[in-house]
Amino acid sequence: MIADFFNWFTHLENTKPFALVLFFVTFVGIIIYVFSNKKRKQRLESYKNIPFEEDDKDEKD
Amino acid sequence: MAATSQVSPQSYNYDIVKKFTIMSLVWGVLGMFTGLYIALELAWPIFNFNTPEITFGRLRPVHTTLVIFGFGGSALFATSYYIVQRTCQVRLWGELMPIYTFWGWQIAVGSAAISYMLGYTQAREYAEMVWPIDILIAVTWVAYLVIYVQTLRRRSQPHIYVANWFFIAFILATAILHIVNNMAMPVGLFSLSSYSLQAGVQDAMTQWWYGHNAVGFFLTAAFLGMMYYFVPKQAGRPVYSYRLSIIHFWALIFLYMWVGAHHLHWTALPDWTSTLAATFSILLLLPSWGGMINGIMTLSGAWDKLRSDPIVRFLIVALAFYGMATFEGPLMSLKSVNALSHYTDWTIGHVHSGALGWVAMITFGSFYHLIPRLWDTTMYSTRLINVHFYLAVVGIILYISALWVAGIGQGLMWRAFDEYGNLAYTFIESVERLHLPYIMRALGGLLFVLGIFVMVYNVYMTVRKSKNEKAEFEAKIADKMVTAQ
Repeated sequence: MIADFFNWFTHLENTKPFALVLFFVTFVGIIIYVFSNKKRKQRLESYKNIPFEEDDKDEKD
Repeated sequence: MAATSQVSPQSYNYDIVKKFTIMSLVWGVLGMFTGLYIALELAWPIFNFNTPEITFGRLRPVHTTLVIFGFGGSALFATSYYIVQRTCQVRLWGELMPIYTFWGWQIAVGSAAISYMLGYTQAREYAEMVWPIDILIAVTWVAYLVIYVQTLRRRSQPHIYVANWFFIAFILATAILHIVNNMAMPVGLFSLSSYSLQAGVQDAMTQWWYGHNAVGFFLTAAFLGMMYYFVPKQAGRPVYSYRLSIIHFWALIFLYMWVGAHHLHWTALPDWTSTLAATFSILLLLPSWGGMINGIMTLSGAWDKLRSDPIVRFLIVALAFYGMATFEGPLMSLKSVNALSHYTDWTIGHVHSGALGWVAMITFGSFYHLIPRLWDTTMYSTRLINVHFYLAVVGIILYISALWVAGIGQGLMWRAFDEYGNLAYTFIESVERLHLPYIMRALGGLLFVLGIFVMVYNVYMTVRKSKNEKAEFEAKIADKMVTAQ
């Protein structure tokens, strides 16, 4: 069974479309994750302020 | 939501950042001067002086190693160690290990340069180091990964800022590339020679899989990490779109690994591999421009800074060159264009529009932001930053235009036929034609080298100024204490 799987994997005509589908689906998944939800959008965009948080600290010190 | 900081900046490890910053400038001067010298050798071969150690063949890898790994690598160590501490609000992990990475890296770069001049090389592009140096680099790199991951694990900030994603991708990918590309069997335990594990077209494929991903992960992803911190900081506004940074990060990471074979068009490589590489190279335009747009649009609403702040100018011009080089790259990866451009000086011009325009300019801009903060002062002279900027920009433009003329001319001459089907030009005629563009290229290089000399002087004076300010401050405190008694 495992040997069959490895054998299937060694054929480029199988692995090329497999890799294409795998990467494409993952990437589409990332796009949906990033752009699909308003709350998530706000959370993700809030991270862009991270480099500025230490500035307040610098001033206090 | 982003958390508030918990660690005082005084407890960050800036000492290691300072060390790498200074060495980056030292290697930058040496590497760029070597580049200028070999440009002069090509224009006037008399500069070889019949001395094997300084001929073009030996000095060329000295130049590439010093600028990519010495200047660029040290700059990446410095900025990544700085950024990971500032964005995670935690001190760099380990005390001795970062120092080890410093010495490991400097010894590797220095000994590689000396070994090339003595004639020891494994003749793999951008990986000419002989096997003992390869092992030193591998061990140093693993230490770098451990430090980075451990620092991230101890972060006070719940989210890992996007610049660190780029740095982690760069560290991981470079480790894989370096190890696979350098798999070799030494001829003997006390011999510096070795045989590559692969042979023939597989070996060529491995070399360019490494070569192009060195460009992709070392010279692009890592410097994007630098960009994602220093552009917002210097512009004084957050990055244009955080979500765009996520999308273009993953697209860049997915696509880069496939494109190396475009360096081997019209060779023994199977045609489908060539086509696949060209296709992925075209696709790469999107994430590359995603990064450029995100960086440039960060200035949206504050475009006046381009006029008033020379550091912002460095950073934004770097992004413009990044956009230009990543448009030119996919264009040259097309088989029909490559048939004209390959083996010509067009390729050298393209590499330098990326290396000088993007890598060096983003580094200079980042250093001008970083150095006053490391030494707790202001830059000695803003006027000298401006002088450096114009020297660098004019230098780059001269350099790449000269090599467009040289390269496209070369390609056209090589493929020109007369009415009987004979070659229209002899090879030496195409070489003779290069003399003037080569002089122009050397002139461009000279301006760029002068620029980094100006920067080094400015940095030296800044550090001196910082020491004087500190001494004055301490004297004042001592004075007050005496008066109080």
